[in-house]
Amino acid sequence: MSAKFVVGYDGSEASRRALDFAVGRVKLQGGTVVLVHVLEWSPYSFLSASELEERHKRRREELERAEKALITPVLEKVRAEGVEVESTIRYGHIADTICRIAEEIGAIQIVIGRNGHTQIGSRIFGSVAGHLAQAAPVPCTIVP
Amino acid sequence: MTQKSISAAFAAVAAFAALILSVITAQAQSVDETVNRIFADSTGWFVSFIFASIPGTSISWIVIWLVVAASVFTIYFGFIQFRVVGHSLALVSGKYSDPNDAGEVSHFQALATALSGTVGLGNIAGVAVAVSIGGAGATFWMILAGLLGMASKFTECTLGVKYRNEYPDGRVSGGPMYYLTKGFAERGLPGGKFLAVLFSIFCVLGALGGGNMFQANQAHQQLSGVFGEYPGWITGVVFAGIVFAVIVGGIKSIARVTEKVVPLMGVLYVGTALVIILMNADMVGAAFGQIINGAFTGNGIVGGMVGALIQGFRRAAFSNEAGVGSAAIAHAAVRTKEPITEGFVSLLEPFIDTVVICTMTALVIIISGQLLTDPETGLYIINEAGQVTTATGATGVGLTSAAFESAFSWFPYILVVAVVLFAFSTMLSWSYYGLKAWTFMFGEGRTQELTFKVIFCIFIVIGAAASLGPVIDFSDAAIFAMAVVNIAGLYFLMPIVKRELESYLSRLKSGEIKRFK
Repeated sequence: MSAKFVVGYDGSEASRRALDFAVGRVKLQGGTVVLVHVLEWSPYSFLSASELEERHKRRREELERAEKALITPVLEKVRAEGVEVESTIRYGHIADTICRIAEEIGAIQIVIGRNGHTQIGSRIFGSVAGHLAQAAPVPCTIVP
Repeated sequence: MTQKSISAAFAAVAAFAALILSVITAQAQSVDETVNRIFADSTGWFVSFIFASIPGTSISWIVIWLVVAASVFTIYFGFIQFRVVGHSLALVSGKYSDPNDAGEVSHFQALATALSGTVGLGNIAGVAVAVSIGGAGATFWMILAGLLGMASKFTECTLGVKYRNEYPDGRVSGGPMYYLTKGFAERGLPGGKFLAVLFSIFCVLGALGGGNMFQANQAHQQLSGVFGEYPGWITGVVFAGIVFAVIVGGIKSIARVTEKVVPLMGVLYVGTALVIILMNADMVGAAFGQIINGAFTGNGIVGGMVGALIQGFRRAAFSNEAGVGSAAIAHAAVRTKEPITEGFVSLLEPFIDTVVICTMTALVIIISGQLLTDPETGLYIINEAGQVTTATGATGVGLTSAAFESAFSWFPYILVVAVVLFAFSTMLSWSYYGLKAWTFMFGEGRTQELTFKVIFCIFIVIGAAASLGPVIDFSDAAIFAMAVVNIAGLYFLMPIVKRELESYLSRLKSGEIKRFK
């Protein structure tokens, strides 16, 4: 089984830096990059009756859009560099979901980017990087 | 939402408001009177039919219909409402939800949306109406109806999920019109389609009545109590404009804000009620004494014990809508492989709505001494309208407001905001229920949907302008008419629910149905 690097990817500049870092690692030591894209979601949020009706449809559309616009182009680019890569798109709390996937697939490392929020910003909104640093089940690299 | 579509929607709202204003002349009060007269005249026959008494008694048949149904479901499903509450809570908290279904409608979301449609003015104004006509004893029957109603809600919401429509484009919708059609066909019974159409007609009326006019009416009463008397149609036009902007203009931001603030208001309302009850903890025993004594004697109200019973059951049904069928529409979109699980979740609804929230309102009214009694006989002082005389002379939401005010002088201002927001969120929910019934009859399409939405907005103006009596009678009548059709169908479909229930419980016991966390 090859070593798996989970990369939290949302298309942002920071997540691209994380991907570059992971691709560099894999080129050096071998292994697989696993792109993980999490759509923020809480089962306790409030929806109106018409939103409930359309939820299944919207979910399908959101997944398709993420697959097509975000993940597929990157997969092709990474594969062109000769690096093995897989992908997963999930709904949930971002940091928790990344941790769960890392456990499920037996990853050796989680790599994520950092947006460089101010201290107050991350205190109020919470930061994915901070949460992962605390809770990750495997070593976690935070790429600045 | 683009800038263009927002401005287009506002232009539409402005045009709609201008249209109504141009039709209605400046003779404000007489407009209200005219609306009231025409409305009372045109709906009177329907109201008298629904509330007709059983010959030789003073008991209206509709109340018996609701009580018998709730009792039958309670016994048929072996007191289901008391057996599965623990499992219901586990379902709501997501312990049995497949993590791979994240992003789909959760049990919590379905329950929250359904609750936002039922928790509202029924809990604030409806309870006040019940105790001012039926005395404190009405509360007892209201609680009993709430507990029994849990079984009705369980039955209809299970069926709502089981026979929902899942469209090829991914939309999911259900409700009595679908289970009546499909369930009857599956059992080889005739008349399903007929019942479904009949239900839809009453659902549209219910949406316009209890889900709309009653809300607009009580919101206006509350607003004019704070800002001074002004014509009801003004409140109506403003409300209609905002509702129009949301349901036709598709302005989600207004709905978003409401959805964030409504739960907060609910917590604030219940919290304040609790504080008042705790401040008067020594009187709670006496209040329950009044409730139980009044339940069986009436304490001098018109109609005695039966009068209290009728008021209690009427207001409970109006508040928690158990057996009415509306909740089955809201619950239908949940993501689950087992329809029965949504039944388990939905039975929490009458409990929260009626047994908890309504009872608190009633306790605050009773404890604050709003219902005047004759010191010599201990019986209620009845005014010429046949109602219990209240300390301030207020009825409906005004009575609740006065009761809370006696403890916290600032509370009426909070209550105005709460009432307006509750009214608004209930209207949005019912505009959806009504729309589903409408499109079931007339087919889906932009023109059909727009027609219903415009009619809905016009009725907001009528509701705000008319006086409480005719509005509340029509609202009750329309909602109970839904229950007549829905419950008739439920009797034929309940064996299907029983089969689902037995199968699920045995698989739960054997461990085939697993918790995910």
